[in-house]
Amino acid sequence: MSRTRTPVVAGWFTGEGDGFRLLGTRCAACASVFFPREDVHCRNPGCAGGELQEVPLSRRGRIWSYTDSRYRPPSPYVSDPELPWEPYALIAVELESERIVVLGQAVPGITAADLAVGMAVEVVPGVLGEDTETTWTTWHWRPVEVTA
Amino acid sequence: MTADVAVLGVGMHPWGKWGRGFVEYGTAAARAALADAGLAWRDIGSIVGADTVRGGYPGYVAGATFAKALGWQGARVASVYAACASGAQAVAAARAQILAGLADVVLVVGADAAPKGFFRPAGGDRPEDPDWLRFRLLGATNPTYFGLYARRRMAVFGDTPEDFALVKVKNAALGALNPYARYRKRVTAEEVAASQVVADPLRLLDICATSDGGAALVLSSLEFARRHGAHRPVRIRAVSTVTPRYPSTVLDLPDIATDSAAAVAPAPEPFRASIARAAYEEAGIGPEELSLAEVYDLSTALELQWYEDLGLCGAGEAAKLLREGATALGGRIPVNASGGLASFGEAVPAQAIAQVCELTWQLRDAAGDRQVAHARVGITANQGLFGHGSSVIAVR
Repeated sequence: MSRTRTPVVAGWFTGEGDGFRLLGTRCAACASVFFPREDVHCRNPGCAGGELQEVPLSRRGRIWSYTDSRYRPPSPYVSDPELPWEPYALIAVELESERIVVLGQAVPGITAADLAVGMAVEVVPGVLGEDTETTWTTWHWRPVEVTA
Repeated sequence: MTADVAVLGVGMHPWGKWGRGFVEYGTAAARAALADAGLAWRDIGSIVGADTVRGGYPGYVAGATFAKALGWQGARVASVYAACASGAQAVAAARAQILAGLADVVLVVGADAAPKGFFRPAGGDRPEDPDWLRFRLLGATNPTYFGLYARRRMAVFGDTPEDFALVKVKNAALGALNPYARYRKRVTAEEVAASQVVADPLRLLDICATSDGGAALVLSSLEFARRHGAHRPVRIRAVSTVTPRYPSTVLDLPDIATDSAAAVAPAPEPFRASIARAAYEEAGIGPEELSLAEVYDLSTALELQWYEDLGLCGAGEAAKLLREGATALGGRIPVNASGGLASFGEAVPAQAIAQVCELTWQLRDAAGDRQVAHARVGITANQGLFGHGSSVIAVR
């Protein structure tokens, strides 16, 4: 039985392959960008509030900082307690045009030792985990120079 | 400048993993603070509890929970929550009541009983809650954020893991002198370097534990203090509880992203620096006048960050300040003479109150072997997740 591919959170990203993008919103009045998306009201205290329009974020950015998770995180992170814990890297990426830093997991196989502050990375579709019926999809950051 | 309030009494329950409930730790601390003040519980006109989210409903109404445990006597009650900054908010609420003339003498209490391992969010599926989302989507525990900050400092300022380890060595040496600390053993740089990596580049001994503990203060008006015979009490001169300013551009717990600075230029000073500046402005005191500081060293690297945010040195100079010994006991500006979170572990709602207990003992010249010589002015600094500033300045 094939599993359904479902975003782990609705409306935060879209597309496949090279067309994959994080989705934010932009205020039509002050041009502030929000990720995670704001859909109700602009959070700029100097803005009276404009229509919030969905906008794809830049695909590429530079590493602001990075770390990893050497121990199994608690619930609601889902991992199989029967399997040994496999650490993964976390990358905070600065998107130049949006002037925003977005955190995400690195693609599998990339470790902290592979990374450096300032390194170019791009957003790619990833899989957070699977259960019996669902493949939960997410975003990953991947160094541009590496094809892991 | 606002008027001062007096610290008449301070008390703590030792930090540890005692396996009992937060109410017991809080009431023990409260009784100790009352005894220190020379007051009976029935003399207290108001009680403010700093809440814990780990004790069920009684934790959300901590003020009333402690009042009942001490014995209902009709005092005005308030309960506040601001994550790690809850204690400072409790102090702020008590001070506001005193300065407004609503109460002469107020008991402030915070206590926690911490679980083993990582803190985790409240249960249920809550995709609207950033704290739930960061665990569900990223498995981003608190130490991973500490790791991000530490790595950023290494890249921007050239800090090294050896610098971070020195913070632990310093704080462990001070904690060894503090009977209320959970960890009372000196630690070597080699021991830090040999501990397991938790969140690169930070190791187990770079990261503060989670602890049980309780702390309490008896605060009063200066007039009440005089009538009570306390002619030269430690006085709280400032309490900063500021929030960030949009756009907040430093990635912070529990958020997955910063605000965007594309449309609005960020304030010249980051949030943590603004917390201290608000306290300095309210007190009319500058960093050069400080005798000591108690800062929230959730990690070793974060202690260094606070040096800069408090204005003890310029940006990027914290590791140098540490290596020179300026922040050790006997240095120009001792930081975390109590031993800090490195020696205590975090008991969330008690921690900011415990920082004020330490300032009080130091300013009274009653801190024993860890006494800072000629202590006159102290500052505490702390930050609660979801944007809570916390800083207290005390003088004597």
